[in-house]
Amino acid sequence: MSVPRFWRKQVARYNLIGTHCTNCKTYYYPPRSMCPKCRRDGKTENYKFSGRGEVLTYTVIHTAAEGFEKQTPYVLGIVKLEEGPSLTSQIIADPGTMKIGMKVRPVFRKLGESGEKGMIYYGTKFVPE
Amino acid sequence: MRDVAIIGIKTTRFGENWDISLRDTITEAGVGALEDAGVTGEEIDAIIVGNMSGGQFIEQEHIGALIADYAGLAKELHVPATRVEAACASGGLALRQGIHAVASGLEDIVVAAGVEKMTDISSSSASTALAAAADREWEGIMGATFPGLYAMIARLHMHKYGTTSEQLAQVAVKNHANGVHNPIAQYHNKISVDDVLRSIMVADPLHIFDCSPITDGAAAVILAPADIAHKYTDTPVYVKATSQASDTIALHDRKDITTLAATVEAGKRAFRMAKLTPGDIDLVEVHDCFTIAEICAIEDLGFVKKGEGGKFTEEGNTAIDGKIPVNTSGGLKSCGHPVGATGIKQAAEIVEQLRGDAGKRQVNGAEIGMTHNVGGSGATAVVHILSRNR
Repeated sequence: MSVPRFWRKQVARYNLIGTHCTNCKTYYYPPRSMCPKCRRDGKTENYKFSGRGEVLTYTVIHTAAEGFEKQTPYVLGIVKLEEGPSLTSQIIADPGTMKIGMKVRPVFRKLGESGEKGMIYYGTKFVPE
Repeated sequence: MRDVAIIGIKTTRFGENWDISLRDTITEAGVGALEDAGVTGEEIDAIIVGNMSGGQFIEQEHIGALIADYAGLAKELHVPATRVEAACASGGLALRQGIHAVASGLEDIVVAAGVEKMTDISSSSASTALAAAADREWEGIMGATFPGLYAMIARLHMHKYGTTSEQLAQVAVKNHANGVHNPIAQYHNKISVDDVLRSIMVADPLHIFDCSPITDGAAAVILAPADIAHKYTDTPVYVKATSQASDTIALHDRKDITTLAATVEAGKRAFRMAKLTPGDIDLVEVHDCFTIAEICAIEDLGFVKKGEGGKFTEEGNTAIDGKIPVNTSGGLKSCGHPVGATGIKQAAEIVEQLRGDAGKRQVNGAEIGMTHNVGGSGATAVVHILSRNR
Protein backbone atom coordinates (compact mmCIF):
# COMPACT_ATOMS: atom_id res chain seq x y z
CA MET A 1 0.00 0.00 0.00
CA SER A 2 1.38 3.43 -0.94
CA VAL A 3 2.51 5.89 1.75
CA PRO A 4 -0.29 8.45 1.20
CA ARG A 5 -2.94 5.74 1.10
CA PHE A 6 -1.84 4.41 4.47
CA TRP A 7 -1.05 7.81 6.00
CA ARG A 8 -4.53 9.18 5.23
CA LYS A 9 -6.13 6.82 7.75
CA GLN A 10 -3.11 6.33 9.98
CA VAL A 11 -4.69 7.97 13.04
CA ALA A 12 -7.82 5.82 12.68
CA ARG A 13 -5.71 2.66 12.39
CA TYR A 14 -3.42 3.51 15.33
CA ASN A 15 -6.16 4.64 17.72
CA LEU A 16 -9.29 2.77 16.56
CA ILE A 17 -10.98 6.01 15.61
CA GLY A 18 -14.13 5.56 13.59
CA THR A 19 -17.32 7.48 12.98
CA HIS A 20 -20.42 8.22 15.04
CA CYS A 21 -23.57 9.52 13.35
CA THR A 22 -25.30 11.91 15.75
CA ASN A 23 -28.49 11.64 13.69
CA CYS A 24 -29.09 7.85 13.94
CA LYS A 25 -26.63 7.22 16.83
CA THR A 26 -24.86 4.45 14.89
CA TYR A 27 -21.12 3.82 15.23
CA TYR A 28 -18.91 2.88 12.30
CA TYR A 29 -15.47 1.37 12.06
CA PRO A 30 -13.71 1.62 9.66
CA PRO A 31 -14.55 5.34 9.49
CA ARG A 32 -16.97 6.59 6.86
CA SER A 33 -17.32 10.08 5.39
CA MET A 34 -21.09 9.59 5.00
CA CYS A 35 -23.48 7.69 7.28
CA PRO A 36 -24.71 4.77 5.13
CA LYS A 37 -28.02 4.68 7.06
CA CYS A 38 -28.96 8.38 6.98
CA ARG A 39 -26.95 9.13 3.84
CA ARG A 40 -27.21 12.89 3.15
CA ASP A 41 -29.19 13.49 6.35
CA GLY A 42 -26.47 12.02 8.54
CA LYS A 43 -24.12 14.02 10.76
CA THR A 44 -20.82 12.26 11.32
CA GLU A 45 -18.13 12.93 13.93
CA ASN A 46 -14.99 11.08 14.93
CA TYR A 47 -15.30 8.54 17.72
CA LYS A 48 -12.59 6.65 19.57
CA PHE A 49 -13.67 3.07 20.25
CA SER A 50 -12.87 1.34 23.53
CA GLY A 51 -11.66 -1.61 21.48
CA ARG A 52 -13.34 -4.14 23.73
CA GLY A 53 -15.26 -6.70 21.76
CA GLU A 54 -15.83 -10.34 20.97
CA VAL A 55 -14.80 -12.70 18.22
CA LEU A 56 -17.65 -13.18 15.77
CA THR A 57 -15.73 -15.67 13.64
CA TYR A 58 -12.10 -16.48 12.83
CA THR A 59 -9.76 -18.55 10.70
CA VAL A 60 -6.21 -19.75 11.01
CA ILE A 61 -4.35 -18.76 7.87
CA HIS A 62 -1.72 -21.26 6.72
CA THR A 63 -1.21 -19.98 3.16
CA ALA A 64 -0.46 -16.32 3.72
CA ALA A 65 -1.18 -13.23 1.73
CA GLU A 66 1.92 -11.73 0.05
CA GLY A 67 4.04 -10.05 2.71
CA PHE A 68 2.60 -12.16 5.54
CA GLU A 69 4.50 -15.39 4.74
CA LYS A 70 6.71 -15.25 7.84
CA GLN A 71 3.72 -14.94 10.18
CA THR A 72 1.97 -18.26 9.38
CA PRO A 73 0.00 -19.74 10.94
CA TYR A 74 -1.80 -16.58 12.03
CA VAL A 75 -5.30 -16.03 13.35
CA LEU A 76 -7.53 -13.65 11.41
CA GLY A 77 -10.87 -12.75 12.92
CA ILE A 78 -13.89 -10.56 12.72
CA VAL A 79 -14.23 -8.67 16.00
CA LYS A 80 -17.54 -7.14 17.01
CA LEU A 81 -16.82 -4.01 19.06
CA GLU A 82 -19.03 -3.27 22.08
CA GLU A 83 -20.38 -0.12 20.36
CA GLY A 84 -21.74 -2.21 17.48
CA PRO A 85 -19.53 -2.27 14.40
CA SER A 86 -17.31 -5.16 13.35
CA LEU A 87 -13.83 -5.13 11.88
CA THR A 88 -11.28 -7.56 10.46
CA SER A 89 -8.02 -7.95 12.34
CA GLN A 90 -5.42 -10.41 13.45
CA ILE A 91 -5.88 -11.97 16.86
CA ILE A 92 -2.66 -12.74 18.66
CA ALA A 93 -3.41 -16.05 20.32
CA ASP A 94 -2.57 -19.73 20.18
CA PRO A 95 -4.84 -21.01 17.35
CA GLY A 96 -5.83 -23.93 19.58
CA THR A 97 -7.34 -21.63 22.19
CA MET A 98 -9.53 -19.67 19.75
CA LYS A 99 -13.29 -19.74 20.31
CA ILE A 100 -16.21 -17.91 18.75
CA GLY A 101 -17.55 -15.44 21.32
CA MET A 102 -14.26 -14.98 23.19
CA LYS A 103 -13.63 -11.49 24.59
CA VAL A 104 -10.73 -9.52 23.16
CA ARG A 105 -8.98 -6.18 23.69
CA PRO A 106 -6.88 -4.08 21.28
CA VAL A 107 -3.09 -3.83 21.10
CA PHE A 108 -0.84 -1.62 18.97
CA ARG A 109 1.23 -3.80 16.65
CA LYS A 110 3.23 -3.86 13.45
CA LEU A 111 0.97 -4.98 10.58
CA GLY A 112 3.57 -5.32 7.85
CA GLU A 113 6.09 -3.53 5.68
CA SER A 114 6.64 -2.48 2.08
CA GLY A 115 9.73 -4.56 1.40
CA GLU A 116 13.05 -4.14 3.24
CA LYS A 117 13.46 -0.43 2.58
CA GLY A 118 9.81 0.63 2.50
CA MET A 119 7.58 1.91 5.25
CA ILE A 120 6.44 -0.17 8.20
CA TYR A 121 2.70 -0.29 8.78
CA TYR A 122 1.38 -0.23 12.31
CA GLY A 123 -2.18 -0.65 13.46
CA THR A 124 -4.50 -2.41 15.85
CA LYS A 125 -4.56 -6.13 16.49
CA PHE A 126 -6.38 -7.91 19.30
CA VAL A 127 -5.48 -10.24 22.18
CA PRO A 128 -7.74 -12.34 24.42
CA GLU A 129 -8.99 -10.49 27.55
CA MET B 1 -38.61 -4.05 -23.46
CA ARG B 2 -37.81 -6.89 -25.90
CA ASP B 3 -37.36 -10.55 -25.05
CA VAL B 4 -33.76 -11.70 -25.50
CA ALA B 5 -32.40 -15.07 -26.63
CA ILE B 6 -29.01 -16.75 -26.55
CA ILE B 7 -28.30 -18.08 -30.05
CA GLY B 8 -24.68 -19.19 -29.79
CA ILE B 9 -22.17 -20.33 -27.16
CA LYS B 10 -18.53 -21.29 -26.83
CA THR B 11 -16.27 -21.96 -23.87
CA THR B 12 -12.56 -22.55 -24.41
CA ARG B 13 -10.58 -25.22 -22.58
CA PHE B 14 -10.11 -24.09 -18.97
CA GLY B 15 -6.76 -24.70 -17.31
CA GLU B 16 -3.18 -23.58 -16.97
CA ASN B 17 -2.82 -22.65 -20.62
CA TRP B 18 0.71 -21.26 -20.79
CA ASP B 19 0.76 -21.50 -24.59
CA ILE B 20 -2.28 -19.25 -25.13
CA SER B 21 -2.51 -15.47 -24.58
CA LEU B 22 -5.55 -13.53 -23.37
CA ARG B 23 -6.20 -12.14 -26.85
CA ASP B 24 -6.02 -15.57 -28.48
CA THR B 25 -8.19 -17.35 -25.92
CA ILE B 26 -10.98 -14.74 -26.10
CA THR B 27 -10.81 -14.73 -29.91
CA GLU B 28 -11.28 -18.51 -29.87
CA ALA B 29 -14.35 -18.16 -27.65
CA GLY B 30 -15.84 -15.32 -29.70
CA VAL B 31 -15.30 -17.03 -33.06
CA GLY B 32 -16.68 -20.29 -31.68
CA ALA B 33 -19.84 -18.63 -30.41
CA LEU B 34 -20.36 -16.79 -33.73
CA GLU B 35 -19.94 -20.05 -35.66
CA ASP B 36 -22.35 -21.78 -33.29
CA ALA B 37 -24.92 -19.03 -33.96
CA GLY B 38 -24.20 -18.69 -37.68
CA VAL B 39 -23.68 -14.95 -37.25
CA THR B 40 -21.28 -12.95 -39.42
CA GLY B 41 -18.94 -10.23 -38.13
CA GLU B 42 -20.86 -7.58 -40.06
CA GLU B 43 -23.99 -8.35 -38.05
CA ILE B 44 -22.41 -7.64 -34.65
CA ASP B 45 -23.65 -4.42 -33.05
CA ALA B 46 -21.62 -4.52 -29.85
CA ILE B 47 -19.21 -6.53 -27.71
CA ILE B 48 -19.42 -6.56 -23.91
CA VAL B 49 -16.58 -8.34 -22.13
CA GLY B 50 -16.14 -9.22 -18.49
CA ASN B 51 -12.57 -9.10 -17.24
CA MET B 52 -11.59 -8.64 -13.63
CA SER B 53 -8.01 -7.57 -13.76
CA GLY B 54 -6.06 -7.56 -17.01
CA GLY B 55 -4.07 -4.77 -15.38
CA GLN B 56 -2.82 -6.92 -12.55
CA PHE B 57 -2.65 -10.28 -14.33
CA ILE B 58 -1.05 -9.25 -17.64
CA GLU B 59 -0.49 -5.50 -17.26
CA GLN B 60 -3.01 -4.85 -20.00
CA GLU B 61 -6.03 -2.59 -19.73
CA HIS B 62 -8.32 -1.44 -22.54
CA ILE B 63 -9.36 -5.07 -22.96
CA GLY B 64 -12.49 -4.19 -24.97
CA ALA B 65 -10.57 -2.54 -27.79
CA LEU B 66 -7.91 -5.24 -27.73
CA ILE B 67 -10.55 -7.92 -28.24
CA ALA B 68 -12.35 -6.03 -31.02
CA ASP B 69 -8.99 -5.60 -32.75
CA TYR B 70 -7.91 -9.25 -32.55
CA ALA B 71 -11.40 -10.44 -33.52
CA GLY B 72 -11.08 -8.40 -36.73
CA LEU B 73 -13.96 -6.16 -35.69
CA ALA B 74 -12.06 -2.92 -35.07
CA LYS B 75 -10.07 -1.73 -38.09
CA GLU B 76 -12.82 -1.88 -40.72
CA LEU B 77 -16.08 -2.44 -38.81
CA HIS B 78 -15.32 -0.34 -35.70
CA VAL B 79 -17.64 -2.43 -33.52
CA PRO B 80 -17.99 -0.86 -30.05
CA ALA B 81 -16.43 -2.99 -27.31
CA THR B 82 -16.96 -2.38 -23.62
CA ARG B 83 -15.26 -4.02 -20.68
CA VAL B 84 -17.21 -4.40 -17.44
CA GLU B 85 -15.85 -5.36 -14.04
CA ALA B 86 -17.32 -6.71 -10.82
CA ALA B 87 -14.41 -8.89 -9.69
CA CYS B 88 -15.34 -12.59 -10.08
CA ALA B 89 -18.86 -11.56 -11.22
CA SER B 90 -17.49 -9.67 -14.25
CA GLY B 91 -18.72 -12.36 -16.66
CA GLY B 92 -22.24 -12.40 -15.24
CA LEU B 93 -22.26 -8.64 -15.41
CA ALA B 94 -21.17 -8.70 -19.08
CA LEU B 95 -24.09 -11.01 -19.86
CA ARG B 96 -26.47 -8.72 -17.96
CA GLN B 97 -25.20 -5.59 -19.76
CA GLY B 98 -25.51 -7.40 -23.11
CA ILE B 99 -29.11 -8.33 -22.27
CA HIS B 100 -29.81 -4.69 -21.37
CA ALA B 101 -28.49 -3.56 -24.74
CA VAL B 102 -30.62 -6.01 -26.75
CA ALA B 103 -33.74 -5.72 -24.57
CA SER B 104 -33.67 -1.93 -24.87
CA GLY B 105 -33.78 -2.13 -28.64
CA LEU B 106 -30.55 -0.17 -28.97
CA GLU B 107 -28.61 -3.17 -30.31
CA ASP B 108 -29.64 -6.41 -32.05
CA ILE B 109 -26.70 -8.81 -32.12
CA VAL B 110 -24.43 -8.55 -29.08
CA VAL B 111 -21.45 -10.69 -28.11
CA ALA B 112 -21.32 -11.09 -24.31
CA ALA B 113 -17.98 -12.57 -23.35
CA GLY B 114 -15.66 -13.09 -20.42
CA VAL B 115 -11.95 -13.78 -20.16
CA GLU B 116 -9.17 -14.04 -17.61
CA LYS B 117 -5.51 -14.91 -18.07
CA MET B 118 -4.26 -15.72 -14.58
CA THR B 119 -1.18 -17.93 -14.96
CA ASP B 120 1.24 -15.42 -16.50
CA ILE B 121 2.13 -14.40 -12.92
CA SER B 122 3.02 -16.50 -9.86
CA SER B 123 0.17 -18.00 -7.89
CA SER B 124 0.96 -15.78 -4.89
CA SER B 125 0.82 -12.67 -7.11
CA ALA B 126 -2.46 -13.98 -8.55
CA SER B 127 -3.82 -14.38 -5.01
CA THR B 128 -2.86 -10.77 -4.27
CA ALA B 129 -4.62 -9.64 -7.45
CA LEU B 130 -7.75 -11.56 -6.41
CA ALA B 131 -7.61 -10.07 -2.91
CA ALA B 132 -8.30 -6.69 -4.54
CA ALA B 133 -11.91 -7.89 -4.83
CA ALA B 134 -12.16 -7.52 -1.04
CA ASP B 135 -11.52 -4.31 0.93
CA ARG B 136 -7.80 -3.65 0.40
CA GLU B 137 -7.61 -0.95 3.06
CA TRP B 138 -9.46 -2.69 5.90
CA GLU B 139 -9.27 -6.44 5.15
CA GLY B 140 -6.24 -6.99 2.91
CA ILE B 141 -3.89 -4.92 5.04
CA MET B 142 -4.64 -7.12 8.05
CA GLY B 143 -3.47 -10.23 6.19
CA ALA B 144 -6.85 -11.36 4.90
CA THR B 145 -6.83 -13.69 1.90
CA PHE B 146 -9.86 -14.82 -0.08
CA PRO B 147 -9.76 -18.34 1.34
CA GLY B 148 -9.45 -16.64 4.74
CA LEU B 149 -12.63 -14.63 4.27
CA TYR B 150 -14.63 -17.65 3.12
CA ALA B 151 -13.07 -19.70 5.92
CA MET B 152 -14.57 -17.22 8.40
CA ILE B 153 -17.96 -17.72 6.73
CA ALA B 154 -17.46 -21.49 6.97
CA ARG B 155 -16.39 -21.37 10.64
CA LEU B 156 -19.52 -19.45 11.65
CA HIS B 157 -21.75 -21.65 9.45
CA MET B 158 -20.37 -24.70 11.26
CA HIS B 159 -20.85 -23.03 14.65
CA LYS B 160 -24.43 -21.90 13.99
CA TYR B 161 -25.78 -24.80 11.94
CA GLY B 162 -23.54 -27.76 12.67
CA THR B 163 -22.19 -27.94 9.13
CA THR B 164 -19.23 -30.34 8.98
CA SER B 165 -15.92 -30.46 7.09
CA GLU B 166 -17.18 -33.69 5.50
CA GLN B 167 -20.23 -31.87 4.15
CA LEU B 168 -18.03 -29.10 2.72
CA ALA B 169 -15.80 -31.75 1.15
CA GLN B 170 -18.83 -33.39 -0.45
CA VAL B 171 -19.32 -30.25 -2.58
CA ALA B 172 -15.84 -30.70 -4.06
CA VAL B 173 -16.34 -34.45 -4.51
CA LYS B 174 -19.62 -33.92 -6.39
CA ASN B 175 -18.21 -31.12 -8.57
CA HIS B 176 -15.15 -33.19 -9.51
CA ALA B 177 -17.46 -36.09 -10.42
CA ASN B 178 -19.32 -33.72 -12.77
CA GLY B 179 -16.13 -32.18 -14.17
CA VAL B 180 -14.95 -35.61 -15.33
CA HIS B 181 -17.67 -35.44 -18.00
CA ASN B 182 -16.94 -31.88 -19.10
CA PRO B 183 -14.39 -31.76 -21.94
CA ILE B 184 -13.36 -28.16 -21.20
CA ALA B 185 -12.89 -28.67 -17.43
CA GLN B 186 -9.53 -27.97 -15.80
CA TYR B 187 -9.67 -31.22 -13.80
CA HIS B 188 -10.84 -34.60 -15.01
CA ASN B 189 -10.21 -36.58 -11.85
CA LYS B 190 -12.60 -37.86 -9.23
CA ILE B 191 -11.71 -37.16 -5.62
CA SER B 192 -12.98 -38.55 -2.31
CA VAL B 193 -14.01 -36.87 0.92
CA ASP B 194 -10.78 -38.24 2.45
CA ASP B 195 -8.72 -36.65 -0.34
CA VAL B 196 -10.22 -33.27 0.54
CA LEU B 197 -9.77 -33.68 4.29
CA ARG B 198 -6.18 -34.90 3.88
CA SER B 199 -5.21 -32.04 1.54
CA ILE B 200 -3.23 -29.16 3.05
CA MET B 201 -5.02 -26.59 5.15
CA VAL B 202 -5.14 -23.16 3.46
CA ALA B 203 -7.30 -21.25 5.91
CA ASP B 204 -8.86 -23.37 8.64
CA PRO B 205 -11.41 -24.98 8.08
CA LEU B 206 -10.81 -24.78 4.29
CA HIS B 207 -8.36 -27.23 2.71
CA ILE B 208 -6.80 -26.68 -0.71
CA PHE B 209 -9.45 -29.00 -2.22
CA ASP B 210 -12.16 -26.75 -0.80
CA CYS B 211 -10.83 -23.95 -3.05
CA SER B 212 -11.35 -23.27 -6.75
CA PRO B 213 -8.10 -23.10 -8.75
CA ILE B 214 -6.32 -20.37 -10.68
CA THR B 215 -7.33 -20.75 -14.31
CA ASP B 216 -6.96 -19.34 -17.82
CA GLY B 217 -9.98 -19.36 -20.09
CA ALA B 218 -12.68 -17.53 -21.97
CA ALA B 219 -16.32 -17.94 -22.88
CA ALA B 220 -18.74 -16.11 -25.15
CA VAL B 221 -22.46 -16.14 -25.88
CA ILE B 222 -24.32 -14.42 -28.72
CA LEU B 223 -27.46 -12.48 -27.81
CA ALA B 224 -30.28 -11.57 -30.18
CA PRO B 225 -33.85 -10.30 -29.96
CA ALA B 226 -36.10 -13.33 -29.34
CA ASP B 227 -38.22 -12.40 -32.37
CA ILE B 228 -35.38 -13.14 -34.80
CA ALA B 229 -33.63 -15.94 -32.85
CA HIS B 230 -35.12 -18.67 -35.05
CA LYS B 231 -33.45 -17.09 -38.08
CA TYR B 232 -30.16 -18.29 -36.58
CA THR B 233 -30.90 -21.42 -34.59
CA ASP B 234 -33.52 -24.10 -34.01
CA THR B 235 -32.65 -24.14 -30.32
CA PRO B 236 -32.65 -20.62 -28.94
CA VAL B 237 -32.55 -20.30 -25.17
CA TYR B 238 -34.57 -17.44 -23.76
CA VAL B 239 -33.55 -15.06 -20.99
CA LYS B 240 -36.37 -15.13 -18.44
CA ALA B 241 -34.63 -12.98 -15.85
CA THR B 242 -31.49 -10.96 -15.24
CA SER B 243 -30.81 -9.48 -11.83
CA GLN B 244 -28.00 -8.03 -9.79
CA ALA B 245 -27.57 -6.88 -6.20
CA SER B 246 -24.87 -5.23 -4.08
CA ASP B 247 -23.74 -5.69 -0.49
CA THR B 248 -20.94 -4.26 1.64
CA ILE B 249 -17.46 -4.65 0.16
CA ALA B 250 -16.07 -5.95 3.47
CA LEU B 251 -17.31 -9.19 4.97
CA HIS B 252 -17.24 -7.72 8.51
CA ASP B 253 -19.95 -5.16 7.63
CA ARG B 254 -22.60 -7.77 6.67
CA LYS B 255 -25.77 -8.19 8.69
CA ASP B 256 -25.11 -11.93 8.90
CA ILE B 257 -21.68 -13.32 8.00
CA THR B 258 -23.16 -16.66 6.86
CA THR B 259 -25.69 -15.12 4.45
CA LEU B 260 -24.78 -13.51 1.16
CA ALA B 261 -27.56 -10.93 1.21
CA ALA B 262 -26.73 -9.85 -2.37
CA THR B 263 -27.42 -13.43 -3.47
CA VAL B 264 -30.70 -13.50 -1.53
CA GLU B 265 -31.84 -10.24 -3.11
CA ALA B 266 -30.64 -11.00 -6.66
CA GLY B 267 -32.35 -14.40 -6.41
CA LYS B 268 -35.65 -12.87 -5.27
CA ARG B 269 -35.52 -10.24 -8.02
CA ALA B 270 -34.84 -12.90 -10.66
CA PHE B 271 -37.68 -15.16 -9.50
CA ARG B 272 -40.02 -12.15 -9.46
CA MET B 273 -38.99 -11.10 -12.97
CA ALA B 274 -39.40 -14.63 -14.36
CA LYS B 275 -42.57 -15.28 -12.33
CA LEU B 276 -41.00 -18.53 -11.13
CA THR B 277 -40.02 -20.13 -7.81
CA PRO B 278 -37.00 -22.27 -6.84
CA GLY B 279 -39.16 -25.37 -7.39
CA ASP B 280 -39.42 -24.51 -11.11
CA ILE B 281 -35.66 -24.60 -11.68
CA ASP B 282 -34.29 -27.82 -13.21
CA LEU B 283 -30.60 -27.08 -12.66
CA VAL B 284 -28.40 -24.30 -11.36
CA GLU B 285 -24.80 -23.20 -11.82
CA VAL B 286 -23.73 -21.49 -8.60
CA HIS B 287 -20.58 -19.63 -7.64
CA ASP B 288 -18.60 -22.29 -5.72
CA CYS B 289 -15.31 -20.37 -5.44
CA PHE B 290 -15.04 -22.32 -2.17
CA THR B 291 -17.07 -25.32 -1.05
CA ILE B 292 -18.81 -23.24 1.65
CA ALA B 293 -19.86 -20.78 -1.08
CA GLU B 294 -21.93 -23.47 -2.82
CA ILE B 295 -23.64 -24.37 0.44
CA CYS B 296 -24.45 -20.70 1.14
CA ALA B 297 -25.60 -20.22 -2.47
CA ILE B 298 -28.17 -23.03 -2.49
CA GLU B 299 -29.50 -21.73 0.83
CA ASP B 300 -29.51 -18.05 -0.14
CA LEU B 301 -31.19 -18.74 -3.51
CA GLY B 302 -33.95 -20.62 -1.69
CA PHE B 303 -33.33 -24.20 -2.82
CA VAL B 304 -32.95 -25.32 0.79
CA LYS B 305 -33.58 -23.72 4.20
CA LYS B 306 -30.78 -21.63 5.75
CA GLY B 307 -28.39 -23.90 7.58
CA GLU B 308 -29.43 -27.11 5.82
CA GLY B 309 -27.22 -26.82 2.73
CA GLY B 310 -24.51 -29.10 4.10
CA LYS B 311 -26.87 -31.94 4.97
CA PHE B 312 -28.77 -31.46 1.68
CA THR B 313 -25.49 -31.81 -0.24
CA GLU B 314 -24.34 -34.82 1.78
CA GLU B 315 -27.61 -36.60 0.96
CA GLY B 316 -26.87 -36.31 -2.77
CA ASN B 317 -29.65 -33.87 -3.61
CA THR B 318 -27.34 -31.62 -5.65
CA ALA B 319 -25.88 -34.38 -7.86
CA ILE B 320 -26.79 -34.61 -11.56
CA ASP B 321 -29.55 -37.13 -10.72
CA GLY B 322 -30.52 -35.34 -7.49
CA LYS B 323 -33.48 -33.10 -6.62
CA ILE B 324 -31.75 -29.98 -7.90
CA PRO B 325 -28.56 -30.60 -9.89
CA VAL B 326 -25.96 -27.99 -8.91
CA ASN B 327 -22.88 -27.20 -11.01
CA THR B 328 -23.16 -29.87 -13.68
CA SER B 329 -20.20 -28.19 -15.44
CA GLY B 330 -18.00 -29.14 -12.49
CA GLY B 331 -18.45 -25.68 -11.04
CA LEU B 332 -15.61 -23.32 -10.31
CA LYS B 333 -13.96 -26.08 -8.27
CA SER B 334 -13.42 -28.64 -11.02
CA CYS B 335 -14.16 -26.81 -14.28
CA GLY B 336 -11.87 -23.98 -13.16
CA HIS B 337 -12.34 -20.31 -12.37
CA PRO B 338 -10.91 -17.81 -14.87
CA VAL B 339 -12.63 -15.08 -12.89
CA GLY B 340 -13.88 -12.83 -15.70
CA ALA B 341 -15.04 -15.80 -17.80
CA THR B 342 -16.91 -17.77 -15.14
CA GLY B 343 -20.26 -15.94 -15.38
CA ILE B 344 -20.41 -16.51 -19.14
CA LYS B 345 -19.31 -20.14 -18.83
CA GLN B 346 -22.17 -20.73 -16.39
CA ALA B 347 -24.67 -19.43 -18.96
CA ALA B 348 -23.05 -21.52 -21.73
CA GLU B 349 -23.38 -24.63 -19.54
CA ILE B 350 -27.08 -23.96 -18.93
CA VAL B 351 -27.65 -23.41 -22.68
CA GLU B 352 -25.86 -26.68 -23.49
CA GLN B 353 -28.05 -28.47 -20.94
CA LEU B 354 -31.29 -26.91 -22.21
CA ARG B 355 -30.37 -27.85 -25.77
CA GLY B 356 -29.88 -31.43 -24.58
CA ASP B 357 -26.23 -31.40 -25.70
CA ALA B 358 -24.50 -32.01 -22.36
CA GLY B 359 -23.64 -35.69 -22.94
CA LYS B 360 -22.91 -37.59 -19.73
CA ARG B 361 -23.63 -34.45 -17.69
CA GLN B 362 -27.10 -34.12 -19.18
CA VAL B 363 -29.95 -33.43 -16.76
CA ASN B 364 -32.89 -35.31 -18.24
CA GLY B 365 -35.69 -33.08 -19.47
CA ALA B 366 -34.03 -29.83 -18.38
CA GLU B 367 -36.19 -26.87 -19.42
CA ILE B 368 -35.29 -24.04 -17.02
CA GLY B 369 -31.84 -23.28 -15.62
CA MET B 370 -30.30 -20.65 -13.41
CA THR B 371 -26.87 -19.04 -13.05
CA HIS B 372 -25.44 -17.36 -9.95
CA ASN B 373 -22.19 -15.39 -10.15
CA VAL B 374 -20.59 -13.66 -7.15
CA GLY B 375 -18.01 -10.89 -6.93
CA GLY B 376 -15.63 -10.81 -3.97
CA SER B 377 -16.91 -12.22 -0.71
CA GLY B 378 -20.46 -11.34 -1.80
CA ALA B 379 -20.47 -7.60 -2.55
CA THR B 380 -21.93 -8.31 -6.00
CA ALA B 381 -24.28 -11.09 -7.04
CA VAL B 382 -25.62 -11.57 -10.56
CA VAL B 383 -28.39 -14.07 -11.29
CA HIS B 384 -29.91 -15.20 -14.58
CA ILE B 385 -32.80 -17.54 -15.37
CA LEU B 386 -32.76 -19.17 -18.80
CA SER B 387 -35.46 -21.28 -20.44
CA ARG B 388 -36.06 -23.41 -23.52
CA ASN B 389 -39.49 -21.83 -23.78
CA ARG B 390 -40.12 -18.19 -24.48
